[in-house]
Amino acid sequence: MKQKLVIIGAGMASGRVIEHLLDADPDAYDITLFNAEPRGNYNRIMLSPVLSGEKTYEEIVTHSDEWYAQQGVTCRFGEHVVNIDRETKVIEGENGHVPYDKLIIATGSAPFIIPVPGHDLPNVISYRDLDDTNAMIGAAGKGGKAVVVGGGLLGLEAAAGLAERGMDVTVLHLMGHLMERQLDEAAGYLLRKDLETRGITVKTQASTKAILGGDRAEAVLLESGETLGADLVVMAVGIRPETRLATDAHLDVARGIEVNAQMQTSDPDIYAVGECVEFDGHLFGLVAPLYDQAKVLADSLLDEPSAFVVKELATKLKVTGCDLFSAGDFAEGEGREDIVFRDPSRGIYKRLVIEDGRLLGAVMYGDTADGSWFFGLIKDGTEIEEMRETLIFGPAFQGGASADPLSAVAALPPEAEICGCNGVCKGQITSAIEGGATDPGAIRTMTKAAASCGTCTGLVEQLLQVTLGDDFQLPQAQPVCGCTDLSHEDVRRLIKSRELKSQAAVWQELGWSTRNGCHICRPAVNYYLLADWPLEYRDDPQSRFVNERKHANIQKDGTFSVVPRMWGGITSPDELRAIADAADKYGVPTVKVTGGQRIDLLGVKGEDLPGIWADLNGAGLVSGHAYSKGLRTVKTCVGTDHCRFGTQDSTGLGIKLEKHLWGSWTPHKLKLAVSGCPRNCAEATCKDIGVVCVDSGYEIHVGGAAGMEIKGTELLCKVATEGEAMEVISAMTQIYRENAKYLDRIYKWLAKVGLDWVREQIVDDLENRQALAARFELSQSVYRKDPWAEHAQDSTTRAQYAPLANLTLEAAE
Amino acid sequence: MSWIDIGHIDDIPLHGARVVKTPVGCVALFRTGEDEVLAADDRCPHKGGPLSEGIVHGQSVTCPLHNWVFDLNTGEAQGGDEGRIGTYPVRVDGGRLLIDGDAIGKRSAA
Ligand SMILES: Cc1cc2nc3c(=O)[nH]c(=O)nc-3n(C[C@H](O)[C@H](O)[C@H](O)COP(=O)(O)OP(=O)(O)OC[C@H]3O[C@@H](n4cnc5c(N)ncnc54)[C@H](O)[C@@H]3O)c2cc1C
Ligand code: SF4
Ligand code: FES
Repeated sequence: MKQKLVIIGAGMASGRVIEHLLDADPDAYDITLFNAEPRGNYNRIMLSPVLSGEKTYEEIVTHSDEWYAQQGVTCRFGEHVVNIDRETKVIEGENGHVPYDKLIIATGSAPFIIPVPGHDLPNVISYRDLDDTNAMIGAAGKGGKAVVVGGGLLGLEAAAGLAERGMDVTVLHLMGHLMERQLDEAAGYLLRKDLETRGITVKTQASTKAILGGDRAEAVLLESGETLGADLVVMAVGIRPETRLATDAHLDVARGIEVNAQMQTSDPDIYAVGECVEFDGHLFGLVAPLYDQAKVLADSLLDEPSAFVVKELATKLKVTGCDLFSAGDFAEGEGREDIVFRDPSRGIYKRLVIEDGRLLGAVMYGDTADGSWFFGLIKDGTEIEEMRETLIFGPAFQGGASADPLSAVAALPPEAEICGCNGVCKGQITSAIEGGATDPGAIRTMTKAAASCGTCTGLVEQLLQVTLGDDFQLPQAQPVCGCTDLSHEDVRRLIKSRELKSQAAVWQELGWSTRNGCHICRPAVNYYLLADWPLEYRDDPQSRFVNERKHANIQKDGTFSVVPRMWGGITSPDELRAIADAADKYGVPTVKVTGGQRIDLLGVKGEDLPGIWADLNGAGLVSGHAYSKGLRTVKTCVGTDHCRFGTQDSTGLGIKLEKHLWGSWTPHKLKLAVSGCPRNCAEATCKDIGVVCVDSGYEIHVGGAAGMEIKGTELLCKVATEGEAMEVISAMTQIYRENAKYLDRIYKWLAKVGLDWVREQIVDDLENRQALAARFELSQSVYRKDPWAEHAQDSTTRAQYAPLANLTLEAAE
Repeated sequence: MSWIDIGHIDDIPLHGARVVKTPVGCVALFRTGEDEVLAADDRCPHKGGPLSEGIVHGQSVTCPLHNWVFDLNTGEAQGGDEGRIGTYPVRVDGGRLLIDGDAIGKRSAA
């Protein structure tokens, strides 16, 4: 007699089970198939092409109603199973009970919905089944704005589909880069670029706080306070195994329904398959392993020996034109080595991770043609030592002669284009070399090659090498650090000319050799991005030295010092009292007056920082940026207010300057002073920028130093009014911010560019001076703010000053 | 091993670190750009610098006091410097951070 098999869920996994079972032995079981969706099995992974309009639902149906009828499968579609009674071996559907001999749970997973306020509004949709897809298609028909929460596989496919259907789409992603589980930062960056070219806005590190609206969602509110208008919100933040039936039936459930290698649950008559299961600690979200499970499960039902094993997985994104591939394990680790290949101009990135002479993982973007070949090497654990040198070039290069880039350049015809930006061909460059050019700099001046975006610099160097042979020596500009061959100047120039606006963009486009830089290049690149794109780039505290990240100076014992700002060196009894109170309250061991006319509280514990700042803020004091590569102090003398020699209000101007410049980040620290007469009591002539007031106006001096080196300033110019003095100083600060190498003080930078050049730019050229001052002001609209208040008030940031956990306390219990 | 839940991965900023006080001293948990979490001593063997305040890059950290660089997998100082910091097993499970109680000298509550 036939046994009764009941299957809960007509998804991709159970569909395969039925096929295998009927193929092997059509007479073994009477099958009853339940599905909550009012339809049978379709190819769920093709929903994205349905959404984008490339396919119709009919084309993705895998088992039609006729098929089920022919095979004698009893279908109960559109009916939820609500209970499993293991005692009596009966399942309970919404429309009645069915007894079973064997039961399969194949309920898949449920989309995870972030329980923010507004998540249950009608136009907030998840992305799981045909109904969701149809709802999205319906919404897109009306146009408008869509916000997709989640930048993983599903979210991006939804975003691309909606954009294809004409919606204005923004993707919000919590992490720093898209698809962070499948891609590393570089590939994530390229993906973002591709999506942006199709008009999709991508916001990373964006955390959703609430969905706003009355009857319908109208906008999405972010933790940052930003709101985005939305006619449709798609939540695609993740999935959870659908285990409710199993839990209620007291089967063993961890994150998923636990099964053994035969796909059996803790009840030997109940099996589970697909996304709802957990095997050996693994969950499954892609179909390949589910198909393996389905085969094993069919065997188990027929008493054939069979066992499921977890295999490596590869991922592709089904968005036309976004070519990405990832497989295996590509995290860095002990004994692991990377082979990285980047071709910035073609948007190609490939990274292989090797361990013990075998390929462990691969990430690729832009050119994924060899993906399956690499995947094969990963799965089979092939020895790759032999082909290591050429491995990254794929199967075509294995066994062949290794390619020599120089002979390739030598073989180029004279009319071959070398510099695309300026249309310079090989012949022009070789004749420049014959005409006496011996380095890329000379070629740049003579032919304009490599003068714009710079991508072809490598080619130009190779041409020099081919033409000059041993006479050629690569220019020895100091590279930023071990992560790149480029100098600071090159990096700055390329960030501007190629409009690189994120760290990942710099790593990729400029061919960085490390995953995300190091402690030397990261602070520099963070600064360059911030100085060049104040509105677009968000400062990255994790790329700053601890002093700037924590807004206090770290001392040798790991404690910090706290210096409140005293505008122009002026304070009041109230401020002094507040400082004294704070020193008492936080047990500050040393209180010192600094060389820059303010008070330093030394020896504050890291955990106490937000507290002491909040107290000082309460008395109107803000951070003195005593730790920053930015404006520190504006030292002043007493000037006309009290001094018998004073010619101008030097204290007043000092305060004005400090209020104007504070908070600005600069390549290195910036110190100013204003003296009221040439007696120069404020020592203005050894500062980065100094003002000496005279009867007829203001002398502005630049480029002094009184640290490791001692240097007097040089006179930049003399102006008649305070307003002009302010403008020249703003412009001076900005031209330094935009041009100097990170960690060069003004005097070092001036030694490279020359004071005359600066004078031309900001003294002689009034228009340019005003433009620089305006750009400074624009940047200040973002950065002129008190970091202490921000950190003390934001509970998340504030929490980061305290230990994550204290495991010493419980020991006493 | 006895895994102790000490918080959520999002409690640590990307490319950042947080400290856990343990019976064997302060242990720092580092979160890399790719959401790996690694645990090591918070004290630099050079002059005791707090490594949790350093810059995290790749799977390494640079000490904020004098720029020694440590590989967070092996604990070995990199480049010309010689020294080693202790490392500890950590696991991320559904976003939760689990640290091995045995390794940090704490018996589990069982
Ligand atoms: C839009 C989209 C794109 C995808 N793209 C890819 C891809 O490119 N590559 C890839 O490998 N994977 C992809 N996936 C994942 C893949 O579709 C799933 O891994 C696979 O469908 C899971 O199969 P399953 O049988 O476990 O569950 P499902 O296919 O989800 O089927 C489960 C069924 O059970 C039903 N059910 C649940 N509870 C009950 C109940 N109590 N009573 C009755 N019925 C119930 C559900 O309604 C559902 O129809 C994608 C998924 C989606 C949603
Ligand atoms: S610099 Fe001149 S004005 Fe200022 S305090 Fe000294 S003497 Fe007086
Ligand atoms: S204390 Fe860490 S490098 Fe000196």
